Amino acid sequence: MKVQLFIDGQAHLATLGSNLAAALAGLPGRCSVSGQPRAALCGMGVCFECRVTIDGQPHQRACQRVVYEGMEVAREL
Amino acid sequence: MSSELHTDIAIIGAGPAGMAAAIAACAQGAHVTLVDDNPRPGGQIWRGGPSQAPASASSTFRQLADSQARLLSGFRVAAIPAPGQLLLEDPHRAQVLRYGKLIIASGARERLLPFPGWTLPGVTGAGGLQALVKGGLDVRDQHIVLAGTGPLLLASAATLRAAGAQVLLIAEQAPWSQLARFGWALKAYPAKLAQAASLAWQLGGVPYHHASHVLAALGQTRLEGVQLQLGARTLTLPCDWLGVGYGLLPNTELLRALHCQISQGAAEVDALMQTSQAGIYAVGEATGIGGVDKALLEGRIAGLAATGAVAAAQALAPRRKRQLAFAALLDKHFALQPAITQLAQPDTLVCRCEDVSHASLQLFDSWREAKLQTRCGMGACQGRICGAACESLYGWQGSGDRPPLLPTRLGSLLEPTLAKANPT
Repeated sequence: MKVQLFIDGQAHLATLGSNLAAALAGLPGRCSVSGQPRAALCGMGVCFECRVTIDGQPHQRACQRVVYEGMEVAREL
Repeated sequence: MSSELHTDIAIIGAGPAGMAAAIAACAQGAHVTLVDDNPRPGGQIWRGGPSQAPASASSTFRQLADSQARLLSGFRVAAIPAPGQLLLEDPHRAQVLRYGKLIIASGARERLLPFPGWTLPGVTGAGGLQALVKGGLDVRDQHIVLAGTGPLLLASAATLRAAGAQVLLIAEQAPWSQLARFGWALKAYPAKLAQAASLAWQLGGVPYHHASHVLAALGQTRLEGVQLQLGARTLTLPCDWLGVGYGLLPNTELLRALHCQISQGAAEVDALMQTSQAGIYAVGEATGIGGVDKALLEGRIAGLAATGAVAAAQALAPRRKRQLAFAALLDKHFALQPAITQLAQPDTLVCRCEDVSHASLQLFDSWREAKLQTRCGMGACQGRICGAACESLYGWQGSGDRPPLLPTRLGSLLEPTLAKANPT
């Protein structure tokens, strides 16, 4: 089963029940303070490297959020 | 809209320890609230839920589901508004939880240490990569290198292989002499030995190199390859993912904020799992890294003790000895080799939140001084990653934790005041 989510407005399919960091598959979700692209590191909610904006809410940890139909993800690049 | 929750027993963390505590406390008739930052119960070891966990886990999941415990998934502890109260926050709201007794099953995180290129997307923790795969990351036919130390490397490799990945090799930093002694000592733990043998079998032909470590992750904007030290030779390999973890560290932020005594990085507890603060218990990895059996046992003891079933808790307490001996074994045989803390180059970032380099941190003598001058440890993770790195690299001790324990919305911090003004 797949759900459709939007990453920066682009439709993507992700497996139902998976978390957003897994769905992003290493795609950077943010830039560091010196402008480096960053993606999930710890995978378990500790490091905050995978944060993105979800449905307008900034700085959400992608690894701690399960994908759902219509989820709108904006990368903080 | 403001609300306050009340409970007899609040349990923080719904991994094996917290689940076992909840099941035991519920069986005593207590009102139990289980709070967990993750989307689902199971902790990191059972992160994929009952369908991905071993059969031995299914009865714990079932008993929890059958219990009366109130489960608050996706909530993290943000602050401590007053004794006996916790401020919880999820992505949408904040809530005050008032409790009678508190059981902290905050688990562990990986020790992640800096090396050139470790900030590239595609470089993760070794357990981190396993967690992502349990969370649905598609690694079919991906080329993966695992490095670091400890049994987690084997467990992670087995998960990745089962998910269709090509694990190119495992680089374990411990020398053969230490590994052999660990293997020999394992014979006192037949269940662990069987587990190790089963992992080894699942790993089939994956090369396992001892006295080996990652030197650098290579790539421009994403990981493209890895440079490794394999014994006396170096090797460069192209790969899609690199998982590197140097063992586990107890999560003690909440314990420290509640002034519970910490020794050697873990909560100090008595035979009934009570911390130095009356009515506050610590269980599982928070009291020292020892794995799932130790976690289940400690959770059960605390669940009983906190609900007044002291005799039953006391009867279980002697079983901890064996688990603690196993924990000591892990600690001793996977101790870090000096080379591991010397991998960072001057321009390697140590604090990834504030982008603070190794060169700029070397100028300081203490965590506090470095923090004030460079903002090291003051970013979003609040020093959870670089704190352990600075301890390993420079010998600095952390300077204590103050609420908010994590980045928290201002509106959430107002919640205790609102709750008082509008009691429900």
